[in-house]
Amino acid sequence: MLRVESLTKTYATGDKALNGVSFEVLSGQVVGLIGPSGSGKSTLIRCINRLVEPSSGRVFLNDNDVTRLGRSELRRTRRRIGMIFQEYALIERLTVMENVLSGRLGYVSFWRSLLRQFPQSDVDKAFALLARVGLTEQTDKRASALSGGQRQRVGIARALEQDPELLLVDEPTASLDPKTARQIMRLICEVCREQNLPAIISLHDVFLAKMFVDRIIGLRAGKIVFDGAPAKLDNTILTEIYGEEDWTEIHDDGHAMTPDNTEGSELSRDERMAGIT
Amino acid sequence: MSNAITHARSWKRPPLIGNAWLRWAIIVGALVYLVAALSTVEVNWERVSLGLSQGWRFVEGFLAPDFTSRSRDIWRGMEESLTMTVTSTVVGCLISIPIGLGAARNIAPLPVYVVCRAIIAVSRSLQEIIIAILFVAMFGFGPFAGFLTLSFATIGFMAKLLAEDIEDIDETQAEAIRATGAGWWQVINYGIQPQIVPRLIGLSFYRLDINFRESAVIGIVGAGGIGATLNTAMLRYEYSTAGAILIMIIAIVLVAEYLSSLLRKWVQ
Repeated sequence: MLRVESLTKTYATGDKALNGVSFEVLSGQVVGLIGPSGSGKSTLIRCINRLVEPSSGRVFLNDNDVTRLGRSELRRTRRRIGMIFQEYALIERLTVMENVLSGRLGYVSFWRSLLRQFPQSDVDKAFALLARVGLTEQTDKRASALSGGQRQRVGIARALEQDPELLLVDEPTASLDPKTARQIMRLICEVCREQNLPAIISLHDVFLAKMFVDRIIGLRAGKIVFDGAPAKLDNTILTEIYGEEDWTEIHDDGHAMTPDNTEGSELSRDERMAGIT
Repeated sequence: MSNAITHARSWKRPPLIGNAWLRWAIIVGALVYLVAALSTVEVNWERVSLGLSQGWRFVEGFLAPDFTSRSRDIWRGMEESLTMTVTSTVVGCLISIPIGLGAARNIAPLPVYVVCRAIIAVSRSLQEIIIAILFVAMFGFGPFAGFLTLSFATIGFMAKLLAEDIEDIDETQAEAIRATGAGWWQVINYGIQPQIVPRLIGLSFYRLDINFRESAVIGIVGAGGIGATLNTAMLRYEYSTAGAILIMIIAIVLVAEYLSSLLRKWVQ
């Protein structure tokens, strides 16, 4: 599905953000990307759809080398890669519907998008997605009028509107409270399972990563230092990724710290949708 | 515990210039220069006393404005000025949009950027009066020269502020649109335009009221409008008429100011 081969990124300032990163993501797999600030998580995600140009190495999406694409081919590839951002990156002054429909920009002509005349199928899909993320009533509101959790749901709908083959998710919960963060993570992972959609999700919160993803990749100073099942993430490995620290609380699964840490499957349907609607 | 409190108890904000010698040298130097510069200004007190009485006649005219005896000239001048103002603002703003886009480093390639910045620099470095003299020489007296002058000045002003606005946008919004596979024009339309339109509208109205004031000034060098009427009134020593014109200019600028602030609030 996605194969990254010895990807390296050196910024103009001389900082080496990525140093020979290689891994493969199978279809339908949700991968969590963890590591300290500045370890290259954002750069890695942005190198995959070339919002950041990698210095060397290759990225294969379905055996297509993304790093060698010309400009128009890159655009065609990008429209199949959905992206969800840390600060939502919605167009604040546009309506929720326009934000969701902007996921189709790669498919429609400039004039159609300028006049907001999207094909009926795109509009149908947008309404269905808004219903899926529980924002049907907010369709005509400006994005700036929504709360953080609602905005990130719009971000998710925009990414899915692209009909993606791959989701790139950069710190989706960093600006959200713990409860909303869990709901957003649950929504992203549920959608991925429903559509058998592979995803790479960078996360600050190791606990969230352990709770939701199939596989974890740990980055440190631009290199992969861990790649495996969430259950294998122990004190030694956390120390290797982040440095020396007392990790006991994470392994206690935080029962004392956070009341809202029950596994998604144990929640009733009502509770799961509580923050979404 | 008791010997933990060993830190100082007085505090002063650190001075802007750390070196005391340099600080005092700059302060004393500035004062000496100011006194020296003032002492070189020659004042002809006889001329001043003569001018004061002339100035007082002007103030008297201002206090007793005469709107009627030259009302036809005033209305024609006002009409010309307002036409010049509105047309030049619309044309100037429309032309400034593509130039502003080209002059924003974050979206334009380097050659386009250099050309657009050069256009802005030329437009901004030439003062309205100089341009007006040039256009009057090229196209003759009258409002057409004034219209061209104001359009030209508007381009530099609007394009520069627009470009700076585009450079200050929230990049992640444009990045998100780029990530969907959108083309360059779509990124402009979705990722950038919504972020700058409120300010673009506000600036256009601000420029409208600048252009009206400028139209009064460039009339003096022959570019038509209320400025020409004002100039004629002054040359004829008709200070009451001049006062009336000035009052009308002030009134229109105030109204424009008020309307533009209302509009800006509405588009926010």
